Amino acid sequence: MINKVVSNAEEAVKDIKDNAVLMLGGFGLCGIPENCISALLKTGVKGLTCISNNAGVDDFGIGLMLKTRQVKKMISSYVGENAEFERQLLAGELEVDLIPQGTLAERIRAGGAGIPAFFTPAGYGTEVAEGKEIREFHGKKYLMEAWLQADFALVKAWKGDTAGNLIYKGTARNFNPMMAAAGKITIAEVEELVPVGELDPNYIHTPGIYVQRIFEGKNYEKRIEQRTVTPR
Amino acid sequence: MALDKIGIAKRIAQEVKDGSYINLGIGIPTLVANYIPDNIEVVLQSENGLLGIGRFPYEEDVDADLINAGKQTITMLKGSALFSSAESFGMIRGGHVHLTILGAMEVSENGDIANWKIPGKMVKGMGGAMDLVASAENIIVAMQHKSRSGESKLLKECTLPITGIKCVKKVVSDLAVLEVLPEGGFKLLERAPGVSVEEIKEATAGKLIIKGDIPEMKID
Repeated sequence: MINKVVSNAEEAVKDIKDNAVLMLGGFGLCGIPENCISALLKTGVKGLTCISNNAGVDDFGIGLMLKTRQVKKMISSYVGENAEFERQLLAGELEVDLIPQGTLAERIRAGGAGIPAFFTPAGYGTEVAEGKEIREFHGKKYLMEAWLQADFALVKAWKGDTAGNLIYKGTARNFNPMMAAAGKITIAEVEELVPVGELDPNYIHTPGIYVQRIFEGKNYEKRIEQRTVTPR
Repeated sequence: MALDKIGIAKRIAQEVKDGSYINLGIGIPTLVANYIPDNIEVVLQSENGLLGIGRFPYEEDVDADLINAGKQTITMLKGSALFSSAESFGMIRGGHVHLTILGAMEVSENGDIANWKIPGKMVKGMGGAMDLVASAENIIVAMQHKSRSGESKLLKECTLPITGIKCVKKVVSDLAVLEVLPEGGFKLLERAPGVSVEEIKEATAGKLIIKGDIPEMKID
């Protein structure tokens, strides 16, 4: 059995070098790899390209790595909740590539599935289509989009086993499964790590083949951006 | 009198068909869910990976792992399903989501929509809007008819960067319900209570088509 288990986040990210291309799972602050982000703050690695649907908030998630100036470029669909991000962008200190969310998800999926490009209707007729190949299929226009791959994919799951099989919870799944497949090295942090055989194979979301390193994370904060409740 | 946000949401709720799968955008569209009649059953899709959005949770049931696309904490209804973002946009692009309701800064008479970017202001990103408007078979826009400075937002051509072209089927504004005709033009279907056809004409810069008597909206 290949040993995929590492002791903690620091060990998992120790060979991530300057200028690496990373994928980070999560939608908003839901399902983000909190432990790996903390570990990257400690290693101080710089010049990172981060592929992530959002860029965190000022004091949590990827926002923390922006504050320490570790990020060179963001590839995202929506980055609106972050003042430091805005400052760096307007000052020309940060590159940003904004991509329609479904196109972003599919480009990552394609990266993991060995499909170098595909056609989508999203963005046709808009500035997103500029410079891209347009084709007509059955009377509708589509634009060609290329796959995305990464040196490292950092994903967060609810449960995982020592073979790297993962199960996500709720809407914390989001971009994590596609990123797990699209990383040359995929690091999974899980809330609960169990021995092989304890997870029902019928309920695995990400098969262990995609995961190279796994560890049980600790002290999950799981911050909530919009706490909305129904009064009793 | 022009409709308030709740009035617009109530009128759009009348457009919802029994048995449909619907994606609601942030803002007024989210309010539509509160006014769907009890005898109509629909499933609400959240593009971050959920079919079957329920109400907001009670304080003690708040779960950070369960949010909607506006990042609000929510609950799931019985029969819900969870999935990845790729699957979510697969079902959107694949035409399985019947109706998309979203807000707009501008709509043109040929159905173009602009709602993601204002030049000179911070660009936050398009999120899922471009995928949604390129894919849903029916797109209804909830919007104010005029800007705060009194300029029409229903135009011949959009002036702001486009989100999608020839996609809007219907507009429900604070003043009127309008159908966007396939050959171009806003066909006036209904007036807001107490709003005259003249007022709507004055507020619409794009081609407005008025045939016969225009009824008032019926809103409870």
